Amino acid sequence: MAVDRFPIEEGHIMMFARAIGDDNPIYHDRDYAASTECEGMVAPPTFVQSSNQFDPDYTMRPRTGRAWFGSGRTPTGAGRDPRGGGRRLGGGLHAEQRFEYHRHPRVGDVLTATKRPGKTWEKQGRRSGKLMFRETVTEYRDQNGELVITATGVGVSTERPVDRT
Amino acid sequence: MALKGVDLRVGDTHTERLVEDLTRTQIVQYAGASGDFNPVHTDEVFAREVAGYPTIFAHGMLTMGMTGRMLTDYVGDGRLTKFGARFTSQVWPGDTLDATLTVTGVADNLVELAVSTVNQDGVEVLKATAQARVD
Repeated sequence: MAVDRFPIEEGHIMMFARAIGDDNPIYHDRDYAASTECEGMVAPPTFVQSSNQFDPDYTMRPRTGRAWFGSGRTPTGAGRDPRGGGRRLGGGLHAEQRFEYHRHPRVGDVLTATKRPGKTWEKQGRRSGKLMFRETVTEYRDQNGELVITATGVGVSTERPVDRT
Repeated sequence: MALKGVDLRVGDTHTERLVEDLTRTQIVQYAGASGDFNPVHTDEVFAREVAGYPTIFAHGMLTMGMTGRMLTDYVGDGRLTKFGARFTSQVWPGDTLDATLTVTGVADNLVELAVSTVNQDGVEVLKATAQARVD
């Protein structure tokens, strides 16, 4: 649950910005970016979430030589969850995400990410039975060991899938 | 274009359309860029037949990412000091999302913002707070 090397790369920022529909040239035009107050390309506010790309143990990415739980010839490559719902196979849902920016990552930075568990709690849900919440705190540090972003994610597991409203 | 604290008033608002008719392709694009390939977001067969959802649904972080664009458009690049969001309802293909921020405080060169992103039915899908440096 750690990332030893998360290089902040220009092409990755461009693709991430495209995916969130952000045409801001600071994410794809070096010359424009250099002319801004930031004096270069910076990452969009939620970009560090993509550090999972650099986590060798990340479970939500298919890996060569291993069964993937998404569909292929059959609806899932893993055993069907007898309890139904996505809580095992889908890994739970993302309930909350908080970022504290000590500074914004820039192209050329090489970050590390360390994760530690935070609080856990339970709640009775209206549409999905008992909800179990689990917090994870990720600290992103730069090549000098300085803290760049503190990210707190809250995952929730449900007893059954949330109804479509 | 950074904001000036003296120009801001509590209650000021800013709204942007984040997406109109969200496509499955954009969700796939987000999976590729973020690296989150959880099939509940991209694999219709898995989402319906295994996970038990009516169809695939967007990553909460896609909604937060799009909402972040509205924030940086308003406060300027590299200005956010905090951004925290709760995913209050799921976002489905075909949804149209609008995000609104409201200034809730201005002090010590920091602006405090309350943020709400709603779908075409007026259902709030994301509720957030943010803080940014202003001049």
